[in-house]
Amino acid sequence: MDFVSILNNTAQALFSPVTIAFAMAALGLAIHFGFVGLLNFGIAGFMAVGAYGYAISTLTFGFPWWAAFLAAMAASAVFAVILGIPTLQLRGDYLAIVTIAAAEIVRLLLLSTTWIETTGSADGLVAYANDFRSINPFPDGVYGFGPWTYTANQFWVLIFALIILAVSAFLLWRLVKSPWGRVIKGIREDEDAVRALGKNVFAYKMQALIVGGIVAGLGGALYVMPSSANPMLFATSLTFFVWTALLLGGAATVFGPLLGAVIFWVLQAFLGSLLPAMAQAGLLGALSSAQAGALRFVLVGILLVVIVIVRPQGIVGDKRELTFVRK
Amino acid sequence: MNIAPAEDRSLIHKVVRLFLIAVLACAGVFAAAPAMADTVGEEYENKILGNVKNEGTPLAGVQLIVEGNGYTAEVVTDAEGKWEIGVPEAGTYEITLVEDTLPEGIAVLEGGATQTIEWGFTNTVVWNFFIGEGERNPTSQLDQFFMRVFAGINFGLLLGLAAIGLSLVFGTTALPNFAHGEMVTLGALFTLFLTLAGVPLLLSFPIAVALSALFGWALDAAVWAPLRARGVGIVQLMIVSIGLSLTFRYITQAFLGGGTEQLSGALGSPEIPIFRTVTLSVNDLVSMGVSLVVLIAFAMWLLRSKMGKATRAVSDNADLAAASGIDVDRVIRVVWIMAGGLAGLAGILWAYFRPGLKWDMGEKILLFIFAAGVLGGLGTAFGAFVGAMIVGVLIETSAQFIPSDLKYVGALVVMIVILLFRPQGILGRRERIG
Repeated sequence: MDFVSILNNTAQALFSPVTIAFAMAALGLAIHFGFVGLLNFGIAGFMAVGAYGYAISTLTFGFPWWAAFLAAMAASAVFAVILGIPTLQLRGDYLAIVTIAAAEIVRLLLLSTTWIETTGSADGLVAYANDFRSINPFPDGVYGFGPWTYTANQFWVLIFALIILAVSAFLLWRLVKSPWGRVIKGIREDEDAVRALGKNVFAYKMQALIVGGIVAGLGGALYVMPSSANPMLFATSLTFFVWTALLLGGAATVFGPLLGAVIFWVLQAFLGSLLPAMAQAGLLGALSSAQAGALRFVLVGILLVVIVIVRPQGIVGDKRELTFVRK
Repeated sequence: MNIAPAEDRSLIHKVVRLFLIAVLACAGVFAAAPAMADTVGEEYENKILGNVKNEGTPLAGVQLIVEGNGYTAEVVTDAEGKWEIGVPEAGTYEITLVEDTLPEGIAVLEGGATQTIEWGFTNTVVWNFFIGEGERNPTSQLDQFFMRVFAGINFGLLLGLAAIGLSLVFGTTALPNFAHGEMVTLGALFTLFLTLAGVPLLLSFPIAVALSALFGWALDAAVWAPLRARGVGIVQLMIVSIGLSLTFRYITQAFLGGGTEQLSGALGSPEIPIFRTVTLSVNDLVSMGVSLVVLIAFAMWLLRSKMGKATRAVSDNADLAAASGIDVDRVIRVVWIMAGGLAGLAGILWAYFRPGLKWDMGEKILLFIFAAGVLGGLGTAFGAFVGAMIVGVLIETSAQFIPSDLKYVGALVVMIVILLFRPQGILGRRERIG
């Protein structure tokens, strides 16, 4: 087995736009689930809206890169409002079913050939990042060292994504420490008590859904920034992978989702290289390398079951902060 | 006219398109249509090709459409009547010869204008239509609608089998089981493995259903019962079910691969005329019959037997049922066994309905099982059945009016709208959504 390339692939996952996009989505989900207690299983829908919000505003409407990012945020906010109006009154498990359905509706609409000129249907969209690349401050060349070697464009996407992530994480950290943050945590703990204090619970939930949705939508835009946007990227499995990353790190924290996303992708990259290599070396019996590749998602499933039973507060979480553990 | 392969157009979309083409042809616009290629999809390794001839005379300009596995391509024959279409995988495709592009008085004589392609062991298949002088057999809009209603009833019935299990599990344990889709896949998977192992097909169905029921029991015994005993919260249980769903789905992918398998007899089932030009395949009729018999038997069990009554009591109010001496744990165990068996049966029927067995087929149907359950009212068996029929018929008939790749969106939108106005579902009770 080629351990050098396995370790290289693993190390690359530490800093990659995909990892950062996952961290953004998990951050948004932390606001929804960790801080307000909303069971949002439609995070892939928010990411899709953000990604296509960016791509379509660039390609169809000719927006410059900064306006396209604003459009991605606006589209996510609008999606949050549309999703929130019918669902925020519902109990948790119903909310889960509806949000998962809403994300699937978004994906099916993007997949439909009805608007193929705009959405690209199953082929998706490409070449929307040209304007973003044109403002790349790094001249052509090779950046970084060892496994972390990038072209100028890759480096620019990476640095930009890291800045967005850092700013988002800082703002959310301030937000959950603010009076507003205390109210939404209060809603998570006891909705009726907060209502008795004269707060409009529905409005707070909606605000939280919008804030988290915008962060996840930005994550979606970053997710597709390196290459292309495609409806298959935003299947329900994506939602579950973001949930795994979130629960792994710690749902009711700001740092947890970041840590969870990094661990999730480092593990994915490691197993994604190791298992096919083991299959090729004949260590996995009759399994082919493609079959062995599917096994890493089996491990994700098992990991999800184990975390939520053994350590539901996640790696950096505080068990007292998690209402969902109590009955 | 589009000659490039496009994604995800189903049979129904094609029928609508054929209708449009027919209208265009009548208006005399068709002659002005841009010329189309006689060879498409050259980049693919798998090819379907043929030669359109009428009594030895090659026919040029005849249009053929290939659809399936989310792929669509169309060609017109060249001066020698030849055509060739490359397809991404050697899977099941429907091929249509557009009869309106044949000369006057000529029609497809055998097998109909739309046929299902079967692959041999090579990556090229030769497909020729037997044509000659004869009557064309166009399907009217009304008959199409009837066919869709039948397809909807068929889908609704098998969806009902799966939805009842989901709904009863929710009623008795409050768990929305996201792994229910994988229990559906499993029924079809067991059947496939049994037939591959040499078990006769008709015997493999009951064994597969029994194994699925056993799986339901094992899942409860190994995972859910211990977690219930530990008093683990419902949100955690829900996430556990998601983890299990991922685990089973990707285990299936690891062992089955990413392609589509067919259960024996799934393709080429003979069509039986019902009335006018409406036909139903033997498979569809058997599927509907089996679903109906099982659903009625299950309803009798729920209404008449002691265990069935206990199940309904626990589903209504578990504490009250326990207080009146019902063994709640035993009821829950029986519900899991029933849910497993019914889901397995639904999976077998669905593998014939689609047709095809794929590792992610359970994920594809899960949301419609939930939509059926929510529509009827989660926790009620009869509600789940009513919801499933509505979802099934709605999905299939809506394709008459909207693009067929949006027909699944309709069912999901209806579910969300219903939650707005009657969150407890059609037969549910108010306090469930608390």
